[in-house]
Amino acid sequence: MEGGKTDVLLLAESHLGPILRDCAQGYPEEVCGVLVGRVHDGGVRLVEDVIPLRNERDEERTHRYLIGPDEFRRAEAEATAQSREILGFYHSHPDHPALPSSFDKEHAWPWYAYVIVPVQTGVAGRPRAWRLADDRSRFRQIRIAREDDVALESATQPEGTA
Amino acid sequence: MTVTVRIPTPLRNYAEGAAEVEVSAPTVGDALGEVVTRFPKLRQHLYDDGGKLRNFVNAYLNEDDVRGLSGPATPTRDGDAITLVPSIAGGAATATPADLSNDEIRRYSRHLIMPEVGLEGQRRIRDARVLMIGAGGLGSPLGLYLAAAGVGTIGIVDFDVVDETNLQRQVLHGQKDVGRAKLDSARERIQDVNPYVRVEPFEVRLTSENALDILRDYDVVVDGTDNFPTRYLVNDACVLLGKPNVYGSIFRFEGQLSVFWAEKGPCYRCLFREPPPPGLVPSCAEGGVLGVLPGIVGSLQALETLKLILDTGDAMIGRLLLFDALTMKFRELKLRKDPNCPVCGPNPTVTHLIDYEEFCGIPQAEAEEKAEVPEIGPRELKERLDRGDPIRIIDVREPHEWDIANLGQYDVRQIPLGRMTERMHELSSADEIVLYCRSGVRSAKALRQLRESGFRKLLNLRGGILGWQEQVDPSMPRY
Repeated sequence: MEGGKTDVLLLAESHLGPILRDCAQGYPEEVCGVLVGRVHDGGVRLVEDVIPLRNERDEERTHRYLIGPDEFRRAEAEATAQSREILGFYHSHPDHPALPSSFDKEHAWPWYAYVIVPVQTGVAGRPRAWRLADDRSRFRQIRIAREDDVALESATQPEGTA
Repeated sequence: MTVTVRIPTPLRNYAEGAAEVEVSAPTVGDALGEVVTRFPKLRQHLYDDGGKLRNFVNAYLNEDDVRGLSGPATPTRDGDAITLVPSIAGGAATATPADLSNDEIRRYSRHLIMPEVGLEGQRRIRDARVLMIGAGGLGSPLGLYLAAAGVGTIGIVDFDVVDETNLQRQVLHGQKDVGRAKLDSARERIQDVNPYVRVEPFEVRLTSENALDILRDYDVVVDGTDNFPTRYLVNDACVLLGKPNVYGSIFRFEGQLSVFWAEKGPCYRCLFREPPPPGLVPSCAEGGVLGVLPGIVGSLQALETLKLILDTGDAMIGRLLLFDALTMKFRELKLRKDPNCPVCGPNPTVTHLIDYEEFCGIPQAEAEEKAEVPEIGPRELKERLDRGDPIRIIDVREPHEWDIANLGQYDVRQIPLGRMTERMHELSSADEIVLYCRSGVRSAKALRQLRESGFRKLLNLRGGILGWQEQVDPSMPRY
């Protein structure tokens, strides 16, 4: 399940752009949102919609974010209505690199893609995507591809036949 | 009470793909416990180490968060649905004084993007203290790579001076450093590679008197020595202090690598209980070494050192790597801890540092050589040859050394040391014989062999051809 060619998050410019703008505008606070889309047969995740959400933290908003269960359910219901599912989340790291913190790891769910956007003094940098290892011991980086980087046809081949 | 537990997408892999699980349980907590019993892999994702539901896992009974009801004790009714709803939380690490600066983060970015290192690993590297024994062939790549990787404190023990013959492999030092203390040029080079590194120099010979005090303050000791007394000293000191000893050695085309750590595996003495007799195993100065070889073995030592610091991968504990550069083959031997090891065994006989020169037989060997081999000085030999004295000169070096420098202006016979026994019939014991090699060590051995066979009129050229260069013919090359 872990690693390999299936760990790809397809994120078109049309979706990445708004994420970066959202993260830059929210500076110096952390910004968060949901990535919605479909998982293709080979495990490639294609992001089809991005839902920005309010950071529900009352305190420490410059280095903490929270999407509570009610917001999560609302987002999930919206995705389900469009025959999509939640693929993962994005959040910003104001003045910190796009590396998962130990706090990120402690609170992470497996399977989901966690996109981290570094924002240095208000300018969004290159995002990185991560996925929690099965044993929760660490995050593994997964590839963010633009839509034209990966041919879905080849990526949807079942594993092991290539 | 039969209730349906809905498993969220990210956890279905751990529940054999099930989206819903039907269980029979009187409360929400019992129902979840039942699910985890059926699918044990779910447990670590739902419960923390204390057995409580993780704070980012929310259980809903039908439409209500059970936290607003009676929590896990909330009773269930037939046909109820329990839904596990994620909270998503996280955030950047809070800044602490021990954090890396932005400049450091940029410098180490290729480490930081690797999950196996990351910020936490880089901090461990920065906080690590590594002691290098020797700043020569092995110490050169070692020091450069440890510094580049960001090891915060590097101690170096060395009291040697940079010599031109070092530059063929000791890449820490350059042409401009010839004649300087190796410690000075090593420190300068390391600071240039990475100004965040602190170098702690020890310009001393490592001895039984100072070794424990020097080694004590370091986390990892890396042995880059070229002689047996120091190697045994470093090993025994590491065993006594409980430190890992990253061992490397090189000779001609062959290298060795291991990590000796008595607390977790064998030590050097488990592998080699006693040193070879002096003179049996030639040093690099006597036997030569291919210049790239220490670059490879020293780099492997740096790699093992980083793995020990990061506590990642499989360290070379209990394994000996043998590298043959000519065939480009790496072989590995398994090493076992010797239950009778005099240092790290259960009943050690070596409980403090001993006299390692004595242990390796060095003083005896030196005394033997000095006392028993009659010598002739280079100037005296030249005078006698110029006078026309009938002296038979024997060059005992390997044939390829002849082209570098020789005494070919006189009548010289070449008999390499290794073939002396089979070819001594070519010599007459009636002749006066002078033997020479590069520095005088091999020719002294040849002299003893001849003497044991009955030759008596024997002299060894003091200092070998190097002595001749110094005292008679400065135009000759030194090697």
